[in-house]
Amino acid sequence: MSAGTPRVGVVTFPGSLDDRDALRAVALMGGDGVPLWHGDRDLRGVDAVILPGGFSYGDYLRTGALARFAPIMEEVRAFAGRGGPVVGICNGFQILCEAGLLSGALIRNRQLRFVCRFVDVRVETSLSTLTEGLVPGEVLRIPVKHGEGQFVARPDELARIEAEALVTFRYCGPGGELDDEHNVNGSAGWIAGIRSPQGNVVGLMPHPEHAVDPDVGPTGGQPLFASLLTYALARV
Amino acid sequence: MKYQFQVIVSLKPGLLDPQGKAIEGSLPAMGWANASNVRVGKHVELVVDAETEAAAVSQVDEMAQRLLSNPVIESYRIVSSVPLPDPRFEDVS
Repeated sequence: MSAGTPRVGVVTFPGSLDDRDALRAVALMGGDGVPLWHGDRDLRGVDAVILPGGFSYGDYLRTGALARFAPIMEEVRAFAGRGGPVVGICNGFQILCEAGLLSGALIRNRQLRFVCRFVDVRVETSLSTLTEGLVPGEVLRIPVKHGEGQFVARPDELARIEAEALVTFRYCGPGGELDDEHNVNGSAGWIAGIRSPQGNVVGLMPHPEHAVDPDVGPTGGQPLFASLLTYALARV
Repeated sequence: MKYQFQVIVSLKPGLLDPQGKAIEGSLPAMGWANASNVRVGKHVELVVDAETEAAAVSQVDEMAQRLLSNPVIESYRIVSSVPLPDPRFEDVS
């Protein structure tokens, strides 16, 4: 690896599923994927951290509720506090919400069914580690696969999320339209992903790591990984 | 002294409860058309060893706030604190 290659850590919790895919996506997009272990207190000097999808701790109690107490999460919290890029995908998003690094919570899908399919998501802001260089309004095709992805927040919190433009992605139709049919899990405000006020922490339910390889389907995840690597490179 | 607790965790009012809705939708099919407002929560039992009951209650309160419930979506209620040994576990000979 050259000196200019960003190192992106991917945390494996007991029950993580998509850690390998995330590492593979990082490598495919030109980064250096670094496996991290939930029980360690060491981020191995990475430039960005991904909390991958899966069912950490069996989703016991609430999704993401137990993972936030893993030893490595203290390091992730400190890293995020220093402005380090942290991305939570699916279960990783749930963990970030439970850890208080992002607002809101994710509850069971409105339709009560697990949903596994490609969806369209609309980029809402370029002020995040995943969307730097993207144009708001751009529509990306990325798969979702979750049973508890319905984003909720208290009305005042939701108003703040909208007012501060923290919404990073919304579920939408192929042309970017917001209608009930395309709200895949009933999320408030069609919210598929949000960011922290500084933009360095982002969580989303769709799985960009499953949409980077043109041999196996749509590649809506590519620009997100490209953004993450650029963002991380600025820290190298 | 050991104290046994029951903590009830419920979804906050106003938050849609898809599980409760699904159960509510099934009840009329079984002949109970007069049931409504079904909400599904959690019931947690635990034992705390503490000097006083007040200390135990205060600890359970903090545990409920920080782990047993997510304050964004849930509220909790500490239902009971019973000094152990609980009669159910005593030798009945």
